[in-house]
Amino acid sequence: MSAVPLHLAVALDGAGWHPAAWRDPAASPKALFTAAYWAALVAEAEHGLLDFVTIEDSLALQTTRLDGHDGRTDQVRGRLDAVLVASRIAPLTGRIGLVPTATTTHTEPFHVASSIATLDYVSSGRAGWRAQISGRRTEAAHFGRREVPELRLEDLADIDESPLVRELFGDAADAVEAVRRLWDSWEDDAVIRDVATGRFVDRDKLHYVDFEGERFTVKGPSIVPRPPQGQPLVTALAHARLPYEFAARGADVVYVTPHDTERARAIVAEVREIEGEVRAPDAGELKIFADLVVFLGENGDEARERKARLDGLDGAAYTSDAAIFTGTPGELADLLLEWRAAGLEGFRLRPAVLPTDLNAITRGLVPELRARGAFRRAYEADTLRGHLGLPRPVSRYAGSRR
Amino acid sequence: MKQIILAAHFPGVNNHTVWSDPASGSQIDFASFAHLARTAERGKFDFFFLADGQRLREQRGRIHDLDVVGRPDSLTVLSGLAAVTGHLGLAGTINATFNEPYELARKLATLDHLSGGRAGWNVVTSSDAFTGENFRRGGFLEHAQRYERAEEFVRTVNELWDSWAAEDLVADPSAGTFARREAGEFAHRGTQFDIGGHFTVPRSPQGRPLTIQAGDSEGGRAFAAATADAVFSRHSKLQDGQAFYRDVKSRLAAHGRSPDSLKILPGATFALGDTDAEAQENADHIRRQQVSPQTAILLLEQLWNRDLSAYDPEGPLPEIDPDVSDDSIIKGRTRMYRDPLKTAAEWRALAESKKLGIRDLIIEVTGRQSFIGSPSRVAEEIDEFVQGDASDGFILVPHLTPGGLDDFVDRVVPLLQERGVFRADYETTTLRGHLGLESER
Repeated sequence: MSAVPLHLAVALDGAGWHPAAWRDPAASPKALFTAAYWAALVAEAEHGLLDFVTIEDSLALQTTRLDGHDGRTDQVRGRLDAVLVASRIAPLTGRIGLVPTATTTHTEPFHVASSIATLDYVSSGRAGWRAQISGRRTEAAHFGRREVPELRLEDLADIDESPLVRELFGDAADAVEAVRRLWDSWEDDAVIRDVATGRFVDRDKLHYVDFEGERFTVKGPSIVPRPPQGQPLVTALAHARLPYEFAARGADVVYVTPHDTERARAIVAEVREIEGEVRAPDAGELKIFADLVVFLGENGDEARERKARLDGLDGAAYTSDAAIFTGTPGELADLLLEWRAAGLEGFRLRPAVLPTDLNAITRGLVPELRARGAFRRAYEADTLRGHLGLPRPVSRYAGSRR
Repeated sequence: MKQIILAAHFPGVNNHTVWSDPASGSQIDFASFAHLARTAERGKFDFFFLADGQRLREQRGRIHDLDVVGRPDSLTVLSGLAAVTGHLGLAGTINATFNEPYELARKLATLDHLSGGRAGWNVVTSSDAFTGENFRRGGFLEHAQRYERAEEFVRTVNELWDSWAAEDLVADPSAGTFARREAGEFAHRGTQFDIGGHFTVPRSPQGRPLTIQAGDSEGGRAFAAATADAVFSRHSKLQDGQAFYRDVKSRLAAHGRSPDSLKILPGATFALGDTDAEAQENADHIRRQQVSPQTAILLLEQLWNRDLSAYDPEGPLPEIDPDVSDDSIIKGRTRMYRDPLKTAAEWRALAESKKLGIRDLIIEVTGRQSFIGSPSRVAEEIDEFVQGDASDGFILVPHLTPGGLDDFVDRVVPLLQERGVFRADYETTTLRGHLGLESER
């Protein structure tokens, strides 16, 4: 029996993470833009008692190019707004966390704060946010507010040194800070409904956030009262030192992408070191999750054949920033436990094909983990923060005047 | 006979919404929104409507604390409501000044997909730097640019929605084609927006979600006639309504539009009772709840544009005249009185002749309910209003959250149905369908 259960999330995107997933016999390509499709996926994830689902998004069409439209017609193109998908699903589910992607580069932080806080109300405390930068010129051209150079491979080769990337992460850090202040800008007991004095709110418990960053300012307070969780969960995907710093400063969960146990140990050590340097003492410990793309089968051959068949349809062997796992749910359970021993607390699994690999997670992997004493048998909390063992924070403004 | 259009407005953050009543529930919990939406759907309403405001109101430099404060993000809560309703249209007010066409077009098209074709938006613009302080884009618009931006905003959003033809989404595994090559391609070069690329949301069930417009000025009327599907008007009195209706409808031909293609929907309030007399008592009771002593002073300040906190709410009107300088003490909402000195003179005369103190005067001169009476009287008046071409229906604003529409749905709607002027059941599944507007596929 393992002492500490691990945390499991599933990353939902289109027909699954393999670019030919939509051509799998199990896929429903015509349904990708319907509520019923998303509702069924999230219901399945909740049936498996997973901690949360993430929902991918971006402000440009998917592309195989680093920056630019690729004109391909044989892969899924198009996405719905992730926050609205999450909100549409929220009333249909009861316990699972809902973590949509919203960008920090173009989307107004004030709108992010309002919409995620609202999602927290619609879901009664199950909202999170995957904060994502959008550095592509194609995305900037959809807004036309600033000139952005094309994102080049050099920018990603050493992202810690690229001025463009530094600016994007600077903005992202500012956006997260502004959003977090807005979530705190109403104290929990601000609404008083005091008939004797005629006052609905105690205005001393509403606070201007007065955020001033390099490129924007936000006055506040929020238009939305403090969300049920106080601070909805903030998460970020990170592959290098600069994004690790960003996550260590502002996030509750970081998704990292080791490809083996050694790398997992090294990344955890690096993130913890950075955390020690930059994280505010009262922010609590950053949770480190690893991302994995998973093809699951009754036996390893079946899983590998599924991948090979899709690779053939797509015309290229599938590669990913995250490790690609092919094998049985039992083998995956063993791998996750091995990686947990390297210091990871949870995993965000990216199903290669939906719903096939999601079902294999909830009906195959979850029982395997339970048999190893490493996963919950019932939800023990009502909120997303609760699933992760995070307390509900007091507003940073509590007790202060303005 | 015209069929009446009815919409349910979630009670807003103003003194019309009574929070001091024991029946008043949360202004923010999802259950409140779900209750009103389900009630509206039970009553076969056309749509649910949410107002908007992107900064908390202030008066005399302080956050306004006498009215309900706090609201959700409109489109996020509407998407949640799509899960608990099946036919009801879902419309929200969106400020074109503090949103970008690409992002907003995505959200509205997404809501339209997720609701099976029930999305609508009420486009407003704002020119105040006060609200702009909450936004990265900051700044604000010159007043004259408001409709220029709104018009180009709507045009751009329509271009984005049209960038995917219905057949662009192929999703045929055997052919290996998911989407056509040209899917989502757009380029808009204008003075307000200069953007291009590819839109990410395939064509939604309505093609174009319903566009509502709320301005009343010459610019607003012209804009509505050119681009809107419905107008949220303020003319809930018969003669006013008829004049507005004639004016706006007469502008449509110039745009090649039929009179039926634009629906006029005034906001309206109501007070019901078993008898007309009881309804009047209820109406008076609600008005006293809406105008607390503190609120009376505050509303007086909105005309006087001065700090009147030292005045007794039960006492006489101030002898000092209103401050008519440009600097308004109110932030976050429009100034309501065009000629404060004239209005003040009228109020003084009324207070004098009826012997009214400040609070009673304010109750008298502000916000009387549009319809007061027994269910049969209210049904009759609503029908007459619509058949008399003063509107095509109403956006009803209950005074209580979340149960303020219950009585109307239970008692007035059946009478409208008996008269044959309101649907007995939904006959279509989309918001455009409910309003008898063609789908823009």
